Amino acid sequence: MEHRITIYCQTTALAELRDFLRRTLTMPFLSENDKLQLTLAVEEVCANLIIHSHGCNPKDHIDLEVKESPGKLIFEITDQGKAFNLLDYEIPDLIKVKGEKRKGGLGIILVKKIMDEIEFESTKGTNTCRLIKWFQS
Amino acid sequence: MLNIKGLEENGYHVLILQGEVDASNSVLLDESIQKLIADGNKAILIDGQGLEYISSAGLGVFMSYLEDFQEKNIDFRIFGLSEKVFEVFKILGLNQLMAIFPDKQTALSD
Repeated sequence: MEHRITIYCQTTALAELRDFLRRTLTMPFLSENDKLQLTLAVEEVCANLIIHSHGCNPKDHIDLEVKESPGKLIFEITDQGKAFNLLDYEIPDLIKVKGEKRKGGLGIILVKKIMDEIEFESTKGTNTCRLIKWFQS
Repeated sequence: MLNIKGLEENGYHVLILQGEVDASNSVLLDESIQKLIADGNKAILIDGQGLEYISSAGLGVFMSYLEDFQEKNIDFRIFGLSEKVFEVFKILGLNQLMAIFPDKQTALSD
């Protein structure tokens, strides 16, 4: 089964994204912790795109598709903004973040710790970020 | 949707968080903590019993003040996080950097 949503690039759309994921992530193999963490990882990527790639321009949009396949869930996030490849981003040291009194940088750590695989590709102005979580069936 | 209420209890300034903290509203949390520091409060308690969700935007707010709390000798504590919200703090290792208590009683008696 496939599930899709399009959200516009403003941070208020994040609540809409969570509602969609709440309705979509109803698979019996998901615990409450899984549901929250998957929602969080997808939201972190979308929030990054909204803020950094699209400068919160409500005319721009992001598409999310959730695909269920045996043993895994795939979250495919596509946009046409400035490419932001998660894989190029080095995980910052937490003590350093604290020392620098920084507010940013934690989202990517969460995505990398929660998801099992992250794929990124950029073709003809369209960026696709695929977040994959494996489950034992 | 996030609601923040403030009150005084047992010498602590308590911030009661209700709802979800994300990139659209983390500025409210930021302003509340900033004001408490600016007003010279030395004991801040976060009541997280009604906190249903927090993204990195909210966690980043806490992180960005930890150094100030240390420098200004501010006693900063959090209590009442649900298991799934606490799990997110643990993923980042924030439970090692912040004083997090299961309930108000333990937070106030330790």
